[in-house]
Amino acid sequence: MSIRLGAIIAGLGIVGILFFWSLLPGAINYAPPEKPDYYAFKEKPIAPEGGFSFEGPFGKWDNAQLQRGYQVYKEVCAACHGLKFVAFRNLSELGYSEAEVQAEAANWTVPGIDPNTGETTTRPGKPTDQFPSPFANDVAAAAANNNAIPPDLSLMTKARKDGTNYLYSLLSGYGEPDPEIAATVPEFETPAGLYFNKYFSNVNIAMAPPIVIDGQVTYADGTEATVNQMSADVAAFLTWTAEPTLVKRKQTGWPVLGFLLFATILAYLSKKQIWAGLKPKKK
Amino acid sequence: MSFAWAKPYEPQTGFTKWIDEKLPLPRLVYNAVGAGYPVPRNLNYMWNFGVLAGFCLMIQIVTGVILAMHYAANTEVAFATTEHIMRNVNSGWLMRYAHANGASFFFIVIYLHIFRGLFYSSYKAPREMIWLLGVVIFLLMMATAFMGYVLPWGQMSFWGAKVITGLFGAIPLVGESLQVWLVGGFAPDNAALNRFFSLHFLLPFVIAGVVILHIWALHIPGSSNPTGIEVKQESDTVPFHPYYTAKDGFGLGIFLLAFTFMVFFLPNMLGHPDNYIEANPLSTPALIVPEWYFLPFYAILRAFTDDLTIPFTGIVLIQAKLLGVIAMFGSILLWFFLPWLDKSPVRSGHYRPMFKKFFWFGFIPCMIALFIAGGAPAEQPYVLLSQIATAYYFLHFLVILPIVSQIEVPKPLPYSITESVLGSDDAAPGKTASSGAKGADDIGSLQPAE
Repeated sequence: MSIRLGAIIAGLGIVGILFFWSLLPGAINYAPPEKPDYYAFKEKPIAPEGGFSFEGPFGKWDNAQLQRGYQVYKEVCAACHGLKFVAFRNLSELGYSEAEVQAEAANWTVPGIDPNTGETTTRPGKPTDQFPSPFANDVAAAAANNNAIPPDLSLMTKARKDGTNYLYSLLSGYGEPDPEIAATVPEFETPAGLYFNKYFSNVNIAMAPPIVIDGQVTYADGTEATVNQMSADVAAFLTWTAEPTLVKRKQTGWPVLGFLLFATILAYLSKKQIWAGLKPKKK
Repeated sequence: MSFAWAKPYEPQTGFTKWIDEKLPLPRLVYNAVGAGYPVPRNLNYMWNFGVLAGFCLMIQIVTGVILAMHYAANTEVAFATTEHIMRNVNSGWLMRYAHANGASFFFIVIYLHIFRGLFYSSYKAPREMIWLLGVVIFLLMMATAFMGYVLPWGQMSFWGAKVITGLFGAIPLVGESLQVWLVGGFAPDNAALNRFFSLHFLLPFVIAGVVILHIWALHIPGSSNPTGIEVKQESDTVPFHPYYTAKDGFGLGIFLLAFTFMVFFLPNMLGHPDNYIEANPLSTPALIVPEWYFLPFYAILRAFTDDLTIPFTGIVLIQAKLLGVIAMFGSILLWFFLPWLDKSPVRSGHYRPMFKKFFWFGFIPCMIALFIAGGAPAEQPYVLLSQIATAYYFLHFLVILPIVSQIEVPKPLPYSITESVLGSDDAAPGKTASSGAKGADDIGSLQPAE
């Protein structure tokens, strides 16, 4: 009995402390959180028309789209953003031949060491190299970008909620705040050096609109380069860089699930048969 | 095994006889999970989760050992080697996703195993030791999982480690020195990552050791069962093999279907996107949340929002942070006292009308509320929700359970497990000869059907 009495006293004690010192003051001063002024503008990511080919349990990469996305990355994003976990050799997965990968790698300049003097220098990329960072270090990156360090994009679509659609929405979603909402939230402002984007976490982003006009990139395959098209293509490419094994993973999943389903049915039938002798007979 | 009718192990071949004389390992297995272990015949599917938990531990050890071959515990490269595993190691993505989701499934299984123990009062005499060892395993699992989540050195890894190790700083007088000593610095850094990796590798084997003790302790009284009444006679039991090996095999199939579905199709659903951003001590995430399986305890930690002061004087007796830490650890440590808090002679919740109501309409909603509040930002109405749920949690175990077990009138129990399964038992007193004969006929052969 004493242990239970002790428990009841301890229980009432801790609940009493919680009730009188934390719960009651909190309930008396109850105030739902005030939403910050930008909250009225914030919107959830949207998907491009038709979605992405790699979505869903049977999704597959669209190599033409990934190649276009790579072109957008190369001509637009790479000026500020690195891709440090991806190597040039990985581009062969986008449908490029070995010679094309070698030629593509050579288009890039990567840090190297002069074999004669030992001094740091630069050289053309090889398929085994990783994508180079556009800045020597974070200090240089911050200095060149109004103190905002452009993040590495290798894992960007996995590092944001609903990442692929988020990237697509962010890139195609620059614009002015809705005047009707702005009229109701007069205290809201976009500080100098920032840009309004209703998909960004606090709707004021440091990145200047990277994709601004249709035809900014001339696609090698002749696809019309609208802002939405370029945004969707680069979002697809960066989904591939974040998880190159995405399609392989889904394709491996089906035979595994099929085998397990078969094995589970067998296990159920054998369980049923083994237990059959024990079942009470129906009256 | 303790029952007189347990089938003895009889080696058939010369080789097994030779082995049995030198090292009777096959005998041990036969008596532990073979035909030599008589088990109540009425176990439902809630009794599958012990075997499944053992299977989860094996998945974690196998995938974990492989991951450790490619991972480097250094803050400079930990994040990069994790990505190396995902991109360059053959099937590395599969190993890592299986390991990360394996941890989640381990906790799903262990929570169901614990809730089963709570509903059927499996902790009661003579099975207290099994329960106590189980709580030890759960605490070891929590430590292992926490340290494992730090290893990829993403944003949530770092900030989670910072918040949790910061809890030790709440201890009066020695707290801050203790925290620095445990972490190996003022904030988690290379020293912390290295020791976490070392301990994360070690603890699963400690868990495996305690699991052996857990199973050993189980085999002394034998398994509990949904009626909560003890085995009386041979007709109450069936041999573990083939009956429960077959039933566990089916359960394992269902488990693996759910597990592989998550691994191959939704591998990041239970994770947090921020952990794909490399740890940055200078940038705090908007919302620091632990892995989902810690959320109820995180909610208890954060329920204490104000210091315990002497009213009208402002003198602080205990800081809010320390209260939260005491409550969080206390919420699990009180499980150690459960066998002695619940004195009802009846085990199974099915025969305890009052207990059953508090379990389904009190305890389960309370756990769901804690789960929701733990994952939400520290603002209203979630703070209030976590406080009400925390209050109920402690009231349930420390006040309601002891009182209910005292005043409750349990429903009548069946005479035996056999009677509960078949509707009659010829060994029961007051049975007519005819119904008894019928019962014996119904039991049928204990041999598996051909």
